[in-house]
Amino acid sequence: MFPYLPATPEDEKIILERLGLNATEEIFRDIPESVRLKRDLKLDDPKSELEMGLILKSLSRKNWNADSVPMFLGAGVYDHYIPSTVRFAISRSEFYTAYTPYQPEISQGTLQVIFEYQTMICNLTEMDVSNASLYDGASAATEAAFMAAESTRRRQILVSETVHPDTRRVLSTYMGHRGLELITIPMKDGVTDSERMRDAISDKTAAVLIQTPNFLGYLEEITEVEKQIHKNKGLLILSVDPISLGLFKSPGEWGADIAIGDGQSLGNSMSFGGPGLGFMACTKALMRKMPGRIVGQTRDIDGNRGFVSTLQAREQHIRREKATSNICSNQALNALAATVYLTTMGKHGLQEAARHCYDKAHYAASLITESGKYQLAYKKPFFKEFPIISTVTVHKIQSGLLQKGMIGGYSLNQDYPALQNGILYCVTEKRTKQEIDCLVQALEEIE
Amino acid sequence: MRIPDGLYFSREHEWVKVEGGLARVGITDYAQDELGDVVYVELPEPESAFQAGDTFGVVESVKAASDLYAPVSGKVVDVNGEVADDPGQINEDAYGSWLIVLEMSDSSELDELLSPADYEKWCAEEG
Amino acid sequence: MRQYNKLIFECSSAGRKAYSLPPADVPSSELPLSLIRSEHAELPEVSEVDVIRHYTNLSQKNYAVDLGIYPLGSCTMKYNPKINEEAARLPGFSEIHPCQPAETVQGALQLMAELEEMLCEITGMSAFTMQPSAGAQGETLGLMIIKAYHRQRGEEKRRKIIIPDSAHGTNPATAGMLGMEVVEVKSDSDGGVDLDDLRKVLSDEIAGLMLTNPSTLGLFETNIVEIADMVHEAGGLLYYDGANANAIMGITRPGDMGFDVLHLNLHKTFSTPHGGGGPGAGPVGVAPHLVDFLPVPVIIKKQGNYELDYDRPLSVGKVKSFYGNFGVLVRAYTYIKTMGAQGLKRVSEMAVLNANYMKEELKEFYELPFSQTCMHEFVLSHLKNNPYGITTKQIAKRLLDFGMHPPTIYFPLIVEEALMIEPTETESLESINEYISALITIAQEAITNPEIIKTAPHTTPVKLLDEVQAARNPIVKWQKEEKKG
Repeated sequence: MFPYLPATPEDEKIILERLGLNATEEIFRDIPESVRLKRDLKLDDPKSELEMGLILKSLSRKNWNADSVPMFLGAGVYDHYIPSTVRFAISRSEFYTAYTPYQPEISQGTLQVIFEYQTMICNLTEMDVSNASLYDGASAATEAAFMAAESTRRRQILVSETVHPDTRRVLSTYMGHRGLELITIPMKDGVTDSERMRDAISDKTAAVLIQTPNFLGYLEEITEVEKQIHKNKGLLILSVDPISLGLFKSPGEWGADIAIGDGQSLGNSMSFGGPGLGFMACTKALMRKMPGRIVGQTRDIDGNRGFVSTLQAREQHIRREKATSNICSNQALNALAATVYLTTMGKHGLQEAARHCYDKAHYAASLITESGKYQLAYKKPFFKEFPIISTVTVHKIQSGLLQKGMIGGYSLNQDYPALQNGILYCVTEKRTKQEIDCLVQALEEIE
Repeated sequence: MRIPDGLYFSREHEWVKVEGGLARVGITDYAQDELGDVVYVELPEPESAFQAGDTFGVVESVKAASDLYAPVSGKVVDVNGEVADDPGQINEDAYGSWLIVLEMSDSSELDELLSPADYEKWCAEEG
Repeated sequence: MRQYNKLIFECSSAGRKAYSLPPADVPSSELPLSLIRSEHAELPEVSEVDVIRHYTNLSQKNYAVDLGIYPLGSCTMKYNPKINEEAARLPGFSEIHPCQPAETVQGALQLMAELEEMLCEITGMSAFTMQPSAGAQGETLGLMIIKAYHRQRGEEKRRKIIIPDSAHGTNPATAGMLGMEVVEVKSDSDGGVDLDDLRKVLSDEIAGLMLTNPSTLGLFETNIVEIADMVHEAGGLLYYDGANANAIMGITRPGDMGFDVLHLNLHKTFSTPHGGGGPGAGPVGVAPHLVDFLPVPVIIKKQGNYELDYDRPLSVGKVKSFYGNFGVLVRAYTYIKTMGAQGLKRVSEMAVLNANYMKEELKEFYELPFSQTCMHEFVLSHLKNNPYGITTKQIAKRLLDFGMHPPTIYFPLIVEEALMIEPTETESLESINEYISALITIAQEAITNPEIIKTAPHTTPVKLLDEVQAARNPIVKWQKEEKKG
């Protein structure tokens, strides 16, 4: 007997009798003999809960984790504070063991959470409409590019070099399959080269994609590009760090048509890069081009407020090969985490957390660069991440920090080789002054 | 199911009313009944041009979506914004709820369309 | 219990807060004023008590596997073991960053490598990638790999993909998204792929065939060997949609059936929770000739250590940031280890037995369009005796009054008024019998008391909702009511 398999030998007998079978294996008689597996699967013997617990603990202990060592890695996944309310909510099995809300009358919990999520994303980004979430920031960028191409009936997407390299990789994987052209515009001094971007925009451009704060942590100035792309009747896609929106200009304020981003920071643990969520919000004009699930408010036959999945005609189960996207699932549980996070932090908490990140990152940057051994790659406004260059090799720095029991920043060698021994540090509100001081001291001690 | 006289019909369930060189286009009563409550209609910009058979828009109900096909070639000279704002009109009166008016570029294409009697047979075969 | 009907925004009261952050321990820095947001984001102001009560109240408006049977066909709503949840929350799994040096995440890499090995064994494939976030993304990647294979062989003209008319909507949607042309192949009278029809559509422009086996009708494709041979002879590849893998573990393997590439839904067969619509995970497995096309990075073992290998010149690229939904992988890993070979085979046996038992009990009351032995699920149609024209939707809504989740309805599209039922192996005979008797009661009500069905549901937190109004005049966010006068 297995704990998750309730059938007793007696139950099995009753079923077999009802089916007129002598043995269970007869039920598989429609499977041709030639493809039947005539041996046992080669897997370990079943493990009891205690044995399994030991295996898991031993595996997990081989990983250094942010609970036990200071971590200065960012680059798209962040170690932010997760209030205890979030873990409570996502552990309610009424939420996590439910399916997609196909039957709205018994899924009002999930549906209302999504409606609240959509509202919070709209308010945070200052856009009109949000969907129920997408897989991650990279897939949100891809879906936004498809959406822009379809609604403008153009094929060219311009992307700034300061957009997350993984996002650009995922974009380039997808674009070719749909006959879209992806052009990367090189950066200048750590930010989008507005002049080159402006010159590249034409009446063939479906959209411009810019990220702010950008991959290197710097805040972008988007006014010029916004003017030019809209003059050419293309769309502006802005990818943003949702925590930064506690302090800095929203996509709506910048004039974006589509706002996207990775929502992991909103109450989701890092979990080795997934699951998190991607968010997407757009202007009202683009609402029916938006991929993914959308929840709307309605009334029941007694006039009570209720929520349903709506605008479904865009989706794959109806449109099949003409659907706006093949996406079926959203990241509902991660969106729940984001909703409870934003509720808990609220109007003022999000701003306070963002301010902590900003102040601590600037404190760290000023101390790291104080002796002159390390320099900021560019002196520009940044949020919680900043690139440091030096004559010390990345390898030496990273292993030096590991030896001191801390995890340093993200090596920029691969993606931005022009930055000499560049490392991108991230300082969130979770890092204490003491941890930052230790990092600075450790860096100074590296030969 | 209503199939009024004096109209042309496409096999994709659009009706066409000829007014001189213009073709007024909508979807048939049969089509609205198959779709159920229409919730959204996407119509083209005036001045856009279509070949016969091109997709010129989409009509959506809660459970279905259907492309709209131009029954004849031509340029869009008028679009029914009222129906776009209140698509339920199509369910109430499919033949009163025109969608676009095309300036026909080749009126001989009308010969390819079905008469009311032929359209009735066509629907019977589909059903 | 009182009716709770508030949005969190309606609980908000200026000055309340539910968070606490430590006091600032570093000096504050000057902000770049031209880049500052002009107004606060309009988020709720509530206490922690409000947060917890609100979301607890909302949770109680949901039906879930932990409350009862959830036999949605093709969704495999099995029980989600609790040790899996504990596993995923271990700080050594949840608090690790994807860009940490490989030497600091050996446990995570080992877990992924072992999971890959186990999935290879279960499916008979050569290698797996864990990257796709869900089934649809797995399908996307699978088709990308098929395209890359043909391109590398100089056969870019192969752009058509064959899909049976019984397939899930994502199959054609994925093909369309990747610029491939969909060729539909009909089902024969037994619900399988019509071989004559298949023969007609095969050509040197065919990239491959996407097949769900067992099919969405819950039937095993008995001609699978012939189908595989035909497609391979025509130069195409076979894609296995693993949505229905719960029927076959330890019984038969897609690799042995001749499939070249497949995806699995860990959130179906491998017990990870659905989360109200995600997150899932859709790992993709490939046969030996497709291994080089897998996305980067691939986990390799060098001198006893695990590493991430990005140097894969034929790779299709990246489909997701980092390595996949790791938290979901931890759960699936735990499940497979807990069950072992013996347990997984038992899962498939009981899933299939349960489905056949229900089918036998219900076929007296509901039309059964395909009567052969089913696999893990089966499809019913109209009520046999239906004088008042009760629809499938009405039956589904009436089931809600019994406190049970309805089956998948109106799918597959080739069966009229379809009710697609997948009990799964984690339901007891008692629970299955209760479901059967609810469906039989409804069949009787359809004759004796049709009104009670037509006006259902009666006992749910809200009654029948107006979906037409929701779509005609979309209200997709909460807005503060303007004060009048």
